[in-house]
Amino acid sequence: MSTLAVAQAEREQAWVQPSKGRVAMFCLILAESTIFTIFVVAYVYNIGKSLYGPTPQILEVPIWNSIFLLSSSLTIWLAERAVEHGRIKSFGLWWALTFVLGAIFLVGTGIEWHKLIYEDGLTISTNLFGTTFYSLVGLHASHVILGLIALFTVLMFTVTGHVRKEHADRIQVLALYWHFVDAVWIVVFTVVYVIGR
Amino acid sequence: MADSTFPVPGALEAAPHGRRWSQAAFLAWLHDWVVTVDHKKLGILYMLYSIFFLLVGGVEAILIRIQLVRPDMHFLSPWVFNRVFTMHGTTMVFLVGMTYIFGFANYLVPLMVGARDMAFPRLNALSFWLTFFGGILLYYSFIGGYGLYGASSAPDTMWWAYSPLTERAFSPGHAPDYWALSLIVTGFGTIGASINVIATALCLRCKGMTLMRLPLFVWLNVVTSFLALLAITPLTAAQVMLLIDRYLGGHFFDTQAGGSALIWAHFFWIFGHPEVYVLVLPAFAIANEVIPVFSRKAIFGYPAMAAASVGIAFVSLGVWAHHMFTIGMTSVGNTFFVLSTMLVGIPTGIKIFNWVATMWGGKIRFATPMLFCTAFLFQFLIAGLTGIILSVAPWNWQLHNSYFVIAHFHYVLVGAIVFCIFAGIYYWYPKVTGRMLSEKLGKWHFWLFVIGFHVSFDTMHVLGILGMPRSIFTYEADRGWAPWNFVVSIGGFIQAIAVLVFAFNLVHSYFKGRVAGNDPWDAWTLEWATPSPPPAYNFAEDPVVTSRRPLWDIKHPEDPDWRYE
Repeated sequence: MSTLAVAQAEREQAWVQPSKGRVAMFCLILAESTIFTIFVVAYVYNIGKSLYGPTPQILEVPIWNSIFLLSSSLTIWLAERAVEHGRIKSFGLWWALTFVLGAIFLVGTGIEWHKLIYEDGLTISTNLFGTTFYSLVGLHASHVILGLIALFTVLMFTVTGHVRKEHADRIQVLALYWHFVDAVWIVVFTVVYVIGR
Repeated sequence: MADSTFPVPGALEAAPHGRRWSQAAFLAWLHDWVVTVDHKKLGILYMLYSIFFLLVGGVEAILIRIQLVRPDMHFLSPWVFNRVFTMHGTTMVFLVGMTYIFGFANYLVPLMVGARDMAFPRLNALSFWLTFFGGILLYYSFIGGYGLYGASSAPDTMWWAYSPLTERAFSPGHAPDYWALSLIVTGFGTIGASINVIATALCLRCKGMTLMRLPLFVWLNVVTSFLALLAITPLTAAQVMLLIDRYLGGHFFDTQAGGSALIWAHFFWIFGHPEVYVLVLPAFAIANEVIPVFSRKAIFGYPAMAAASVGIAFVSLGVWAHHMFTIGMTSVGNTFFVLSTMLVGIPTGIKIFNWVATMWGGKIRFATPMLFCTAFLFQFLIAGLTGIILSVAPWNWQLHNSYFVIAHFHYVLVGAIVFCIFAGIYYWYPKVTGRMLSEKLGKWHFWLFVIGFHVSFDTMHVLGILGMPRSIFTYEADRGWAPWNFVVSIGGFIQAIAVLVFAFNLVHSYFKGRVAGNDPWDAWTLEWATPSPPPAYNFAEDPVVTSRRPLWDIKHPEDPDWRYE
């Protein structure tokens, strides 16, 4: 727009800016972390305040479930590396494995809740513990569901042959979200099954 | 005010003129506005939405003032009064305050950083329409469903909706549901818009626009957006808990099951106090652009201004419980929040000194935008001082929930924020519409508003010290509050007249205003290098900048800014 400006020495330097997808995903993660923080605070604040009904002692530590979910962070990382180097087939396999691990986690949560509801008689309205437990774990589970929908969408694109090497950046942005969902589980697990029990 | 002669990219495209009215043309025009993803159109939509609800919230304020003009009035019933002040607060904070930010940011951030649109245009449109329908949902509460008293179910629990008043047992009907749901929806809109502003400002800068050359307007909007991400989400979380309590029989705030009403107050103010800075930082952003241009000097202390904004954002996250001194905290808690609140005075003080130093020795032009910004400086100083007074816990115990608090925060929200919004509208209206707002009407607007403001809110401080509590629907004649309330109400009516003058000016000047040209204020940021109004693509070629004031460099090639940076 101005010849004067172009004459500046800065023309020589490459003009690099951060990827907008990554910046946006980090912002979203920041916002989501705040929501989780509030729910975690509500959980910790209310530990042992329940006046009646089942206590956290009825919980069983979901060790296998946690191992499945956390290892999905590793498989999605392998998928990211694969698509970055253009190995689409291997990408598809790791991605599908990530989806399966996430789905197993969700089913595991379902089984846990089924036991809590039908054997221990704990629902969200039973007592304060039920309210805080189902809302915190449920908040995380709803994020897993959102993540699985996103994973599944990409999986469908992969199966139909639409994913190419140049999509690596977008896929990595999506993977950031999945890593976040996994990392939050460590916090939720610690608070609910270690500190709170 | 001379028209500058620098080359204007994209000026070749002539604006369409003299379109004939027909139904098909109208529908095409309407369709264009509804499906638009253009940041400028969305910015205008945000602004129109904000101004519309400013008028609605203003009407509610006037209703409150009519009810309180004399003792023992029966203009509004107590129940309607509760609804009116709840809706006044909620409207002004969420539908006016949160939307003017993104009105200005949407329109100006891409132009100022030399980009063609926001980073995510479709997310931008989604955010606006979420906010739009959230607001509609809130106002639908007046007519929808059944309420506690039969007539309607508008929220009546104050804008902070303290628990346990909002629990099913005490608020049957749907009043808190409308409140919570509509604010969750507008909150999602805010999160989307904030992400967009940050991504645009960090990733779409034109060549040469380093972070230390970003206009301060953009800097402050980025800080605002980060703060909004951290502040809105606690409210969203708390409202989800409230809805769990109300719909699924949860016990978060149910004290009879061991839950805690206190924790709602904490969650709300963890949102509520940073929210004040979310609202005021974009006002500072406007002052940062207007004051230098009308003082004919570069902003004083650019890095200090940017750092002070970040400082305000950080400190504001740790001061929330100064709203809760009377709730009863430990003395350690009280002391912490007293000190952290006082700490806010340091970065804000830096800002005030820098604005004054910018004006000092400048060739000040008192056009309407500058008049509003000058008044803003004085009023914001007073608002800050009463804020320091209220931050002292013993004072706060005395004055809490009195009209002194109302006076204090209206000094911030009206005296600082609304004044800056008006300054911004007078300043950028020529860019948006291609026509100047009438200076004559603008001066009427300014003087009526500034007089009305001081008549109202200066007097309100006295009422607070005399012990009048907030939110009471009437008072007895022997309290000694009657003359003061009368004066406050008169001031309110004067402000209402001023706002009507402003609204008339907006419409009248759109058709009859003087043609503005590209750069009517002889300004320095990139948006003035485009035609007025800018074409859809903003810049025909990507601009390259070499200093904080790119247009100064072009207009003054003999003495460009980059030599001094």
